[in-house]
Amino acid sequence: MVTVRFYDEPDFDKKEIMRYAGCGGTDAATDKLIDSCIAEVRPLLNYKVCCREFDVAVSGDVCSMGELTVASRNLAKNLDGCRSVIIFAGTVGVEIDRLILKYSSISPSRAVIIQAIGAERIEALCDIFCKEMAAEHDTALRPRFSPGFGDLSLSVQKDIFNVLNCGKHIGVFLRDSLIMSPSKSVTAFVGVE
Amino acid sequence: MNFREFIKTNKVYLDGGMGTMLQSHGLKAGEYPEMWNITHPEIISGIHKQYFDVGSNVVCANTFGANSLKFDDRQLEQVVKTAIENAAAARDKSRGTQPKFIALDIGPSGRLLRPLGDFDFEDAVSLFAKTVKLGAKYGADLVFIETMNDSYETKAALLAVKENCDLPVLVSNAYGSDGKLMTGASPRAMVAMLEGMGADAVGANCSLGPAQLAGVVRELLSCASVPVILKPNAGLPRIENGETVFDVSPEEFADEVTALIKEGVRLAGGCCGTTPRHIQLLTAKSGSIEPCDVVFKRTTVVSSYTHSVEFGNEPILIGERINPTGKKRFKQALVENDIGYILNEGVNQQDRGVHILDVNVGLPDIDEPRMLCGAVCHLQSVVNLPLQIDTADADAMEKALRRYNGKAMINSVNGKEESMSSIFPLVKKYGGVVVALTLDEDGIPETAEGRVSIARKILDTAASYGIDKKDIVFDPLAMTVSADTSSPSVTLEALKRIKGELGCHTSLGVSNVSFGLPCRDAINGTFFALALENGLSAAIMNPYSADMMKTYYSFKALHNMDENCTGYIENISNFTPASTTTVQEGAKTETEYKTDLQYAVVKGFKDKAGKITQDLLKTVAPLDIVQNEIIPALNTVGKGFEEKRVYLPQLLMSAEAAKTAFEQIKTFMSGTSVKKSDKGTIVIATVEGDIHDIGKNIVKLLLENYGYDVVDLGKDVPPETVSKKVLELKSPIAVLSALMTTTVPSMEETIKQIKETSPNCKTVVGGAVLTREYADVIGADMYSKDAMGVVRYAEKILGK
Repeated sequence: MVTVRFYDEPDFDKKEIMRYAGCGGTDAATDKLIDSCIAEVRPLLNYKVCCREFDVAVSGDVCSMGELTVASRNLAKNLDGCRSVIIFAGTVGVEIDRLILKYSSISPSRAVIIQAIGAERIEALCDIFCKEMAAEHDTALRPRFSPGFGDLSLSVQKDIFNVLNCGKHIGVFLRDSLIMSPSKSVTAFVGVE
Repeated sequence: MNFREFIKTNKVYLDGGMGTMLQSHGLKAGEYPEMWNITHPEIISGIHKQYFDVGSNVVCANTFGANSLKFDDRQLEQVVKTAIENAAAARDKSRGTQPKFIALDIGPSGRLLRPLGDFDFEDAVSLFAKTVKLGAKYGADLVFIETMNDSYETKAALLAVKENCDLPVLVSNAYGSDGKLMTGASPRAMVAMLEGMGADAVGANCSLGPAQLAGVVRELLSCASVPVILKPNAGLPRIENGETVFDVSPEEFADEVTALIKEGVRLAGGCCGTTPRHIQLLTAKSGSIEPCDVVFKRTTVVSSYTHSVEFGNEPILIGERINPTGKKRFKQALVENDIGYILNEGVNQQDRGVHILDVNVGLPDIDEPRMLCGAVCHLQSVVNLPLQIDTADADAMEKALRRYNGKAMINSVNGKEESMSSIFPLVKKYGGVVVALTLDEDGIPETAEGRVSIARKILDTAASYGIDKKDIVFDPLAMTVSADTSSPSVTLEALKRIKGELGCHTSLGVSNVSFGLPCRDAINGTFFALALENGLSAAIMNPYSADMMKTYYSFKALHNMDENCTGYIENISNFTPASTTTVQEGAKTETEYKTDLQYAVVKGFKDKAGKITQDLLKTVAPLDIVQNEIIPALNTVGKGFEEKRVYLPQLLMSAEAAKTAFEQIKTFMSGTSVKKSDKGTIVIATVEGDIHDIGKNIVKLLLENYGYDVVDLGKDVPPETVSKKVLELKSPIAVLSALMTTTVPSMEETIKQIKETSPNCKTVVGGAVLTREYADVIGADMYSKDAMGVVRYAEKILGK
């Protein structure tokens, strides 16, 4: 059973935003630009996660999770010793993509910053989701592990989408190239100890 | 009785959930429910029968996800055929005595359409068309398009139904808790588009429980002229003791839906989590309620992918700037396929406060259908205003309307038979509000009576195509006052009579009135005020005209359309002389200007850089400004970036300021023949499979800043497109970008093809995943870690 969770806006971390934007340092002008981009993006974001929990069995490099079987040495190591796994997809919505599209052609400086804000936002969402999961399970969680990490093939995205029905639940879709739309979305496995 | 007749006078009960019922019968996650039509016909038919037994008039055949992305042609036909057979068997066996119908059910494709996703609009239309044809072939009584959370995909599905069968079609969307679709459309915007295209009913389903959808339903009821559908979930699901339960009980569900039937809902059923018990209680509790009348709404409305704009409440401003007439710089942008320039015009006009954007890209020697369609698609990706599609080419009009994500304004039709017979079918098919010019084969009548009588003829002809007068806005034509001083009063009288006698809205190209006169703005502003006072609903106008904008805000304040004069107070200072004098105050000697432009570029002050350049151009040769001002400033910043004293955003702000300065120079020079640089044209692209283009755009911006001609092929570009372009332009350099490891092979292929056809072309690669070693492996001539690196390489290969 897939459940959907909605979240309030996590706090902004400007240092992270600057890191994603490739700013080793900052000045008044950049700082002003970041503030103005945050103000523009903020009302457009929706923080949504859909997830499902499965019992997990690891045998060699193979992880069995409900109807899903994934072969990956790195994921197997990550999930080894866990009693269950939470498979989730999170997104901050599609509106930020329109904004990036708009500024890519008329103001690349804003595009770069907004894109960095998006990266910071989706990570912040994943953080609060995982924190909430850890609290609800009253146990530690393994670091989240996404397709494309280590030897975990990007093609596992197809399986995740099949299991979570992300399009219907939170409006996340898979492209032919296996990247996601909206772009500021994450899928991951999280082991529950 | 057929369904179209039935729906006219009756409440219609739909069925309840199918997916949740199948799960309780053992359907596994990830398994296609539609396969059960073939493998478990008795279960599917049994569920349909339960719904018919408790009073459903319509059951949806189990075809929600039956499309050619999931099934091959043979399987798809089998799935749809058996789905309808299963429903028909249930209808035959059911003890229910109510009229019973079978709907071909069409859910979302599971793909997101371009530009936000990668699924092409026409591919979506073809996908739905296949299923629709099969549904009609195997005897569905109607089509039910449901759970769509994107307006564009909804349009594709409805178009597929309209083009491939004559069945009645219900269209229902999944609205989120914010009352909008996932891609942003409001219920009002959806009604405008769907009614325009001829949906037989519109509504909301899935996503939420009945109480949470009440707001959406009320908005639909307030604007729809067709029956409204409600098919909500049994609230939200949660897990209890390992079981999925929904938080709205059948009793509560029936009560809440019944309350909305009393408010006007005409088609009601349930979605996820609802069962025959929910529908049984619903029919029992609401069965005796008389169906509410469906009231025809006489509102003139256009829409974008997010919102609708309604005529008649307050004056509507239609921005006229996306039009090459009389604008050399715009023509140049069109010839060079410079979409960024057109987008900028759109965004700027939106910032100035227009409500609708006119889009005209007509030029001799241009492929207008392709260009117009491209402009519309790009604009509707980034600007959420409704568009007015402006062309005399009917083929271009159709192509643009087809791709338009909403209900467009159509500019224009007139009283000539030929015009009406080519435009009205398009209005009927795609929906739209059409601007009708009061002229015909005999020209423009000199009297108001003559123009009103053409308007009547146009209304009659429109009615014969089934187009209501609410979808026609008359333009009684503003003529040049300097040629005939009596003409404005004729136009004003015609405006007044069209509104009073015909009850129609009007639009005017106001500024035509002042041709040939000095200080045109003064006449335009006054004529606009007079026209508004005579009932004008909309003006096609230049939002940069201070007098027009002043009239607009003053008129609203004086006509009680602006509470506390807030709009006036907030905006009027933008259009008064004070704002222009600040520029004057900045006037200094020529030497100081020089340092000022450099300062503005280095600091990234866009507007300032533009204004200073504009003034400089009065006295300094354009190329001197580039050589002595802009390039040195860019070098200062570029060097700072290379030495890590300046960071990327700042580099870009400077580049944008420089671009604004260049834009002024281009405008200044577009009268003269612009000499292309003799260094050749650099081709740039993000490779196939990759959609990240910020980095590529940065490189392009900087290369242009440094005076190189660049052709940008965009993102997700196939190798052969790049190699062909390189060959065609004899490009000395091709710049390729990729962000993802998965697309490096397509970068390699692109390089290979370029080398085969144009061995002298140098290839430069960059992007997050690339390294110098990687670049060597795939045969690139150069790896650049950032945009400045590409500029330096170009300087090395092509000279400064």
